[in-house]
Amino acid sequence: MTTIKTHGATALPDYPEAGADDARPRILTQALERVDHTFRGVVTGSGTVVVMVMGLVAVFLTVRSVQALGTEGVGAFLTTQDWSPETGHFGIAAILTGTVLIALVALAIAFPLSVATALFITQLAGDRGSRLLTTVVDLMAAVPSVVYGIWGLSFLEPVVVPFARWLSTWFGWIPLFAVPNPDAANPLPNDALYTSSTFVAGLVVGLMIVPIMTSIMRESFARAPQGEREGAFALGATRWGMIRTVVLPFGRGGVIGGTMLGMGRALGETIAIYLIISPIFQFNFHILSRGTNSIAALIALRYGEASGVTLSALMAAGLALFVLTMIVNFSASAIIARSRSGADAEA
Amino acid sequence: MTGTLPLDTVAAAPATTTHLPRLALTEQTEEPQRVRVGASLDDRLSIAGATVGGIGMGILLAGALGVIGWGWMPIVSYAWFVGIYASLTFLGHSGPAVVDRFWSVLLRSAAVVVVASLGIVVVYTLLRGWPVLKDVFAFAPHKNPLHFWLTDMSGVGPLSGLDTGGILYAVIGTLEQIGIALVITVPLGVTSAIFLAIVGGRYARVVRTLVEAMTALPSVVAGLFIYAVIILSFTHQDNGFAAALAISVLMLPIMIRSADVALRLVPGNLREAGLALGASQWSTVWRVILPTMRSGLTTAIILATAHGIGETAPVLLTSGVTSVTNFDPFHNAQTSLPLAALEFIESGRNTLIARGYATAATLLAVVLILFVLARLIGGQEAGKVSAGRLRRLARTSRATLRRVRASGHARNLAAAAGRDPDAPLDPLSAFDQLITEDDA
Repeated sequence: MTTIKTHGATALPDYPEAGADDARPRILTQALERVDHTFRGVVTGSGTVVVMVMGLVAVFLTVRSVQALGTEGVGAFLTTQDWSPETGHFGIAAILTGTVLIALVALAIAFPLSVATALFITQLAGDRGSRLLTTVVDLMAAVPSVVYGIWGLSFLEPVVVPFARWLSTWFGWIPLFAVPNPDAANPLPNDALYTSSTFVAGLVVGLMIVPIMTSIMRESFARAPQGEREGAFALGATRWGMIRTVVLPFGRGGVIGGTMLGMGRALGETIAIYLIISPIFQFNFHILSRGTNSIAALIALRYGEASGVTLSALMAAGLALFVLTMIVNFSASAIIARSRSGADAEA
Repeated sequence: MTGTLPLDTVAAAPATTTHLPRLALTEQTEEPQRVRVGASLDDRLSIAGATVGGIGMGILLAGALGVIGWGWMPIVSYAWFVGIYASLTFLGHSGPAVVDRFWSVLLRSAAVVVVASLGIVVVYTLLRGWPVLKDVFAFAPHKNPLHFWLTDMSGVGPLSGLDTGGILYAVIGTLEQIGIALVITVPLGVTSAIFLAIVGGRYARVVRTLVEAMTALPSVVAGLFIYAVIILSFTHQDNGFAAALAISVLMLPIMIRSADVALRLVPGNLREAGLALGASQWSTVWRVILPTMRSGLTTAIILATAHGIGETAPVLLTSGVTSVTNFDPFHNAQTSLPLAALEFIESGRNTLIARGYATAATLLAVVLILFVLARLIGGQEAGKVSAGRLRRLARTSRATLRRVRASGHARNLAAAAGRDPDAPLDPLSAFDQLITEDDA
């Protein structure tokens, strides 16, 4: 915490002397009464219940998926593209690829948007503007995913399809943007080929993860030290020069962490993807062409007919999604925590 | 020391009294912002000119020449705007300034895109739901303007007009499920947050890490978990209670996180003051920390509710789909608002889709109201109290004072000190005067 000392008219920032800045909260020692022991027991108990819920989800998914994984083996489960548990031939290779592809498209949309919005909120907007925009972004996070889903399905998709066709016409030589036409008799481009694609799903999911990414990045950009910022200005930097040399380097941890958190959300998104995609069970790296899949959408689509091995297979898919999101999320929080200075690591 | 001494005379008091030098310090005034980069007239005119130029070029290319489709017009106009603006800046400034203006424009555009996309989502939902929502403003003599929220879809076919049928069943489903979820999550969430923020320790840090991981739990996985644990193992039919449990799993981490953050904002000296007065940890929490953070905790609960109401995937797996009103959350399917919207939209029939958008608009309105409520309550600073609450606090204090006066102990103390036992207690005199004046 930098305080300002006033010497006459000149304000001199009081830079922390060696060690002067390591303020630590006082350690409170107190004699606990009997009621305190009960109190601490109760609140510790609730904490434990919450942990147990989380643990139960993990354990239950694992136990339930043993049956499916046992019939086929983990290796085959991870490398098979098909999904027909009834015949014992199923795996998440294609579905997982689809999930990750949708998340990557979402990140490609959300990353520049969130970095720029977070920079705008912290560096460009005035006091009122930044408060207003923060509220808007938080509100965006609270909009139910089903609303985004139906909006993406009936508003965004028709708007985006011509753009997708244009992209694949001019940049189709890049395999990612190619749209193979399966109908040799009709070589004319057909709009239906561009609907229900990874691209459209990723676009909607991208909008949905903007708020969480923006708020993490905003926090880390706001922490850029005032002294260094003013130093950059004093050396004649423009505002962008200051952002590039001070704010972005200081906020790098927040940018990476926020992006990974956003990726975790994108991987787990269900309803918007469920509404938009047309599920297929083979690799499709052409993001503009019809057909993709995601684990979450698969579960939402197939749980009803599930029993026995079918359900177990879904549980295994759920477990894979769970493990993936947890890995992404834990790395994100580790990066965010490390990017903060020790004093406010808890905030 | 006497409590009535004005603060500015403390420094001049005789050496025998205790000095409180910190109180005599003048308050540090907040410094005005030191760096101010504003836009010059030249800048503002360049922006206006570039905007006009960009739009003009877009209209020229799309409308007059027909080189590009109208769909491309905004994108092309924007590109031209950025180009023209950069060139204009280049006329009067050097390289770094041009780069600075260019990036400023891009950053601003991103903020505009974010706000606009939220706006488009909201407006589009309202527009598509308007055929149903307009009845609210119809003022037809024999029609209930709120019929859409007060009737259910039983006996309403896909071809029935929009003036029949409604989402009462989903409103009831949402209310009951969120109610059950709140009954579960509020005690559990608030006590867990107290554990994290106040009891602390190594175990609390582990719990906090897990709670943060739990916020990223995919909603469909939570639904699948409850589906397998509750429905397949016990109830063998979809029901609202299972849905409430699934929502609870997702609401808990949100509530704990924001309540934890709020509780850690309690000023340490309040806590220390409570403990220094000899209160137990429990009474410090109950009488100091929780009242101080009332607004923060309320905000945490409201925000978690807003998120819980919108959850669709877990509800899809657990609550089942119906279109008749079901008051019993423990038996048979009970649809909630997001699920009703999803089912309407998926049906593919125009009248049902309009109802779906109206349902989504209802959901949006509920979330928006909850959100504004959370902002209003959470906007208050920790420990700052409203006028009404201040009056209530004063009333409590008066009652306490009366009790203290009435107790023989205080009178004995005063008598032992050689004072009139019925005179106002000395250390409290200023405060006492204040509140007895208020009494009269």
